[in-house]
Amino acid sequence: MTIRRKACIVGAFEHPIRKAPDKTVAQLHAECARGALADAGLSLEDVDAYFCAGDAPGMGPTSMVDYLGLRVRHVDSTDTGGSAYLVHVAHAAQAIAAGKCNVALITLAGRPRSEASSGVAPRVVSATTPDAPWEMPYGPVTVNMYALAAARHMHEYGTTPAQLAWIKVAASTHAQHNPNAMLRDVLTVDDVLASPMIADPLHKLDCCVVSDGGGALVVVRPEIARSLTRTVVNVLGAGETVKGQLAGAVDLTWSGAAISGPIAFEEAKVRPSDIQYASIYDSFTITALMQIEDLGFCPKGQGGRFVEDGNLISGVGRLPFNTDGGGLCNNHPANRGGVTKVIEAVRQLRGEAHPQVQVRDCGLALAQGLGGLLGSRHGSATLILERA
Amino acid sequence: MTTPYQDRPLTAPISDPATEPYWNAAREGVLRLRRCQACKRPHWYPRPVCPFCAGDTEWKNASGLGTIYSVSVTRRAGPIPYALAYVTLDEGVTMLTNIVDADLDTLYIGQRVKVCFKPAEGDYSIPMFAPV
Repeated sequence: MTIRRKACIVGAFEHPIRKAPDKTVAQLHAECARGALADAGLSLEDVDAYFCAGDAPGMGPTSMVDYLGLRVRHVDSTDTGGSAYLVHVAHAAQAIAAGKCNVALITLAGRPRSEASSGVAPRVVSATTPDAPWEMPYGPVTVNMYALAAARHMHEYGTTPAQLAWIKVAASTHAQHNPNAMLRDVLTVDDVLASPMIADPLHKLDCCVVSDGGGALVVVRPEIARSLTRTVVNVLGAGETVKGQLAGAVDLTWSGAAISGPIAFEEAKVRPSDIQYASIYDSFTITALMQIEDLGFCPKGQGGRFVEDGNLISGVGRLPFNTDGGGLCNNHPANRGGVTKVIEAVRQLRGEAHPQVQVRDCGLALAQGLGGLLGSRHGSATLILERA
Repeated sequence: MTTPYQDRPLTAPISDPATEPYWNAAREGVLRLRRCQACKRPHWYPRPVCPFCAGDTEWKNASGLGTIYSVSVTRRAGPIPYALAYVTLDEGVTMLTNIVDADLDTLYIGQRVKVCFKPAEGDYSIPMFAPV
């Protein structure tokens, strides 16, 4: 069974807050839910399916369905880190296509900025996590587990720090137009290279922001979408996977996007060259580079050359990406950027991105998520979306 | 630029029935890995059930020699810089580790390394690698 055009995104909301010391995580989820439902023109009683991941407090949907005041007949708490919310869109579309539900609500929220969590803090790992005994003694944090992939990419393909920096430059060029973005200064390659080295070869400005906040999405049956007033965004294709260490055959030259991407393109019946706008998960510059290659926007190993000279800047380059400023400059709520990737793709397809970054007549977009650690084990999810 | 290696305080590792024989061997200066009794393939990290064929696995002593697959000197995650790395053992599996006892700025992918053991709390020894 395909989900091609079987479900539509009709509500998308990004919380404008970036620091929320006085709000609970549950409250942020509720405010995001309210925002996305209002955007769709729907209300709490219309929702019959709920999706959340590991950022949701309590026992996943069991706590949150009750807290939000929902009555549901379908729930899903798949957790693939920051990519989970793209998986949720796909699973919502599957459930709708299978007749299990009609209106699915997806929420993400968190407060890592208020809680002083960051990419150099030790990751919170349960002692029963099977990989933990073998890895925790060595000091893996978030940033160095991406840096290992960046170092290997540079070794294999000659990718340079300046090429990675171009990804931040493109994101910052877009972020200047987003009043909610955490970093609004337009940066240069030299700015990135002059910022402190965190874990070789990643500088501070190769990293995403740490922000409080959240977002939510509403996915519905096409008949319901047509009854609403918003521009309808169809789910055209989706792919998901988990990539790990391959039982010791570690290969850091590719990401899970090499698996989830082709699955999504095949279902959508489009090619990478058809995509007019791409939201690419950008926890670090290397994250975006690796996925751009693995999705087929350029040949493997040529990502460095592809992203140079503003090729990701809307109105300038061939692949406008992360026009909200992305995780690199705008927002990375709960240290999980998946929902904001979908939200900006929806804005582009609706023609509601900032006029300075709006892709002209944007009819086909891709959203790509990668959650967990690029250097060890991560979830990857690809969504292809079209304006109906 | 030089970044001399400095000892980093190491807490006791997680020890459970799946890991205890490994730590016992490390205390004796031996690096071990697990190999499948059925398909004979080694894997990493060690598991009782083979991730290739689901067979039962057994401990084998490793040579302790390997090659750096990737390395990142982590400079801003605590007071002491340290080198996180993947080392591909001569047995063919790649493990996460630290590179020690060297100028961390001179480490490179492809460099030959040999296992050594650094003391941790609770009388544990943690396998790490130093340039040959």
